[in-house]
Amino acid sequence: MPEEDNIPKPERIPFFQRLLENTFLLLFIGVAMPTVFYILWGIMEIATIPVAE
Amino acid sequence: MAQFRVCPDSGFYFDKSAESLMKVNAIAGAVSLLIAGILAIGVILTRWQEVHLLPADLFYQALTGHGINALIFWIIFFEIAILYFASSTLLRTRLAAPKWAWLGFILMVVGAVMNNVAVAQGNSSVMMTSYAPMQAEPHFYLGLILFAVGALIGVFVFFGTLVIAKDDQTYEGSVPLVTFGAITAAIIAVFTIASGAVILVPTFLWSIGYINHIDAEMYRIIWWGLGHSSQQINVAAHVSVWYLLAGILFGARPMSEKVSRTAFLLYILFLQLACAHHILVDPGISSEWKVFNTSYAMYLAVLASMIHGLTVPGAMEVAQREKGLTKGLFEWLRKAPWGNPVFSGFFFSLVIFGFIGGITGVVMGTEQINLIIHNTIYVPAHFHATVAVGTTLAFMALTYLLIPVLFRRSLFLPWVAKMQPYVFSAGMTIMILFMLGAGTLGVSRRHWDMDFTGAALSFEYPGTAYMMMAVGGIGGVLGILGGAMYLLVTVGSLVFGKKLEPSAGLFQSFGVPLSSGSYNIQQPERLPMAPKLAVEQHGSAGFEAPGTFVLAMALLVSFVVYYFINWDYLASVWPLS
Repeated sequence: MPEEDNIPKPERIPFFQRLLENTFLLLFIGVAMPTVFYILWGIMEIATIPVAE
Repeated sequence: MAQFRVCPDSGFYFDKSAESLMKVNAIAGAVSLLIAGILAIGVILTRWQEVHLLPADLFYQALTGHGINALIFWIIFFEIAILYFASSTLLRTRLAAPKWAWLGFILMVVGAVMNNVAVAQGNSSVMMTSYAPMQAEPHFYLGLILFAVGALIGVFVFFGTLVIAKDDQTYEGSVPLVTFGAITAAIIAVFTIASGAVILVPTFLWSIGYINHIDAEMYRIIWWGLGHSSQQINVAAHVSVWYLLAGILFGARPMSEKVSRTAFLLYILFLQLACAHHILVDPGISSEWKVFNTSYAMYLAVLASMIHGLTVPGAMEVAQREKGLTKGLFEWLRKAPWGNPVFSGFFFSLVIFGFIGGITGVVMGTEQINLIIHNTIYVPAHFHATVAVGTTLAFMALTYLLIPVLFRRSLFLPWVAKMQPYVFSAGMTIMILFMLGAGTLGVSRRHWDMDFTGAALSFEYPGTAYMMMAVGGIGGVLGILGGAMYLLVTVGSLVFGKKLEPSAGLFQSFGVPLSSGSYNIQQPERLPMAPKLAVEQHGSAGFEAPGTFVLAMALLVSFVVYYFINWDYLASVWPLS
């Protein structure tokens, strides 16, 4: 049996755990979500209001 | 060079720089709370129509100062202290860039002072929201901007500290749940402060004449990204404090780390979108925007709060049952340390936040039934349940824990501390419930005179509304007394409390480090990963926390009943055919 087969492989970290442990990815998502759905969408709504004549 | 000390009572490790910064931020927060509390007297005794203490100009001035000091300065100073605690102390690491952290703190203090001076001068009584086209003095906005920049520096020092802890491998496995909650709070803080910068910088330029127009609707949308999200920082922060206190008091561990962390992730994704409920009656904004941001996205954040509301007391119940308190549904709760203000403050914070703050928040976030109470005194009643009781009381409870651990002083007048959470909760709950009632009857928020004396378009509220405002006023005065008791105990402890360490002198209470001999640890031991709980294993079919389940069902039934009462009420006041 080759020697490398005896070396235990590191446990694979599940995707969801990797997501929760990636602070800066969470920071990006946490800022992007409200920026897109609340701020930008809200600004677009206001910008498309017709100007009174 | 050794820079850590270990607290002999709690086992917490304190980095020298982080310790001083936690102290000064907590103290600055307490000073802001003192100002907010003094101004609250003027506000509550004016809204109590029979007393009607202040003239209109002073009322709006007091309301402005009260709102900003309570909702911005007090909580954010304290939250920066929590961020340093949750990173440096809980992860057993040094604080990143302490000089930057001090710069951030100084900017926050300068900003808070500048803003308070502007309000005190009398020409900036624009209330916390400072809606354009109402205009305050330039230093009102500049103060807020400096405060926000300082807070942002503090938040990035927190993120830097996380990086150092990871690089130095000061902990095994994932960060503790409390730190993860603090990360959630910090992420929300970045969005909050960025929104503040986006709107307050042009508003400042407008106040000094560089910009000639600020669109009122644009201002409202972006400002609420600051105004409401700042309160969402609180939610994430005080939920983290709940987990911390349950762990320290009972040795309680989350029933499921995965579920609790997922709930925090829901906060990161959706909690900030609840800002939209302030815009629900604004014309020009589509129902799609309103309904998505509140009635869909916000409910996922509410789901997260309900998860925390179940898992925090659930963890406590599991821990208590393991100690043998298994009789009936509630022996674990009856035999909890009700005389310990750390516990009573924490538990009242949890219950009042959930039962009153949570349920009323959902009513306010539903576009249709929001119509009944929008911009009435129901709104401040709601956020006094979430912020003044939920957050503030959790922070008060944490302070009672930190005075011996961080400041190394014993509590001054412990019997006052023991009573304080009861007095504060009782007073605030009375005020909140009666303000909710008055709001449902249509009493306006931020209104000096319920009688509409001399108004061209008058309106007569029912006598019940006056009665409710009066009882709410009595509750408010009792709540202010509870706040004063907290400040008496905390300031008294820092000045007169028995020293638990010889070098814990007066200056040390206000941020100067203890004697150098106290910091005798080069690098704390690595934080070990906690073993998995039996309750977390798949197939643990037992009903681990039946008492908590009953409490959760009581919350659900209260919520459903109250929700449909509001729909019924809407149908009666706004008949549609």
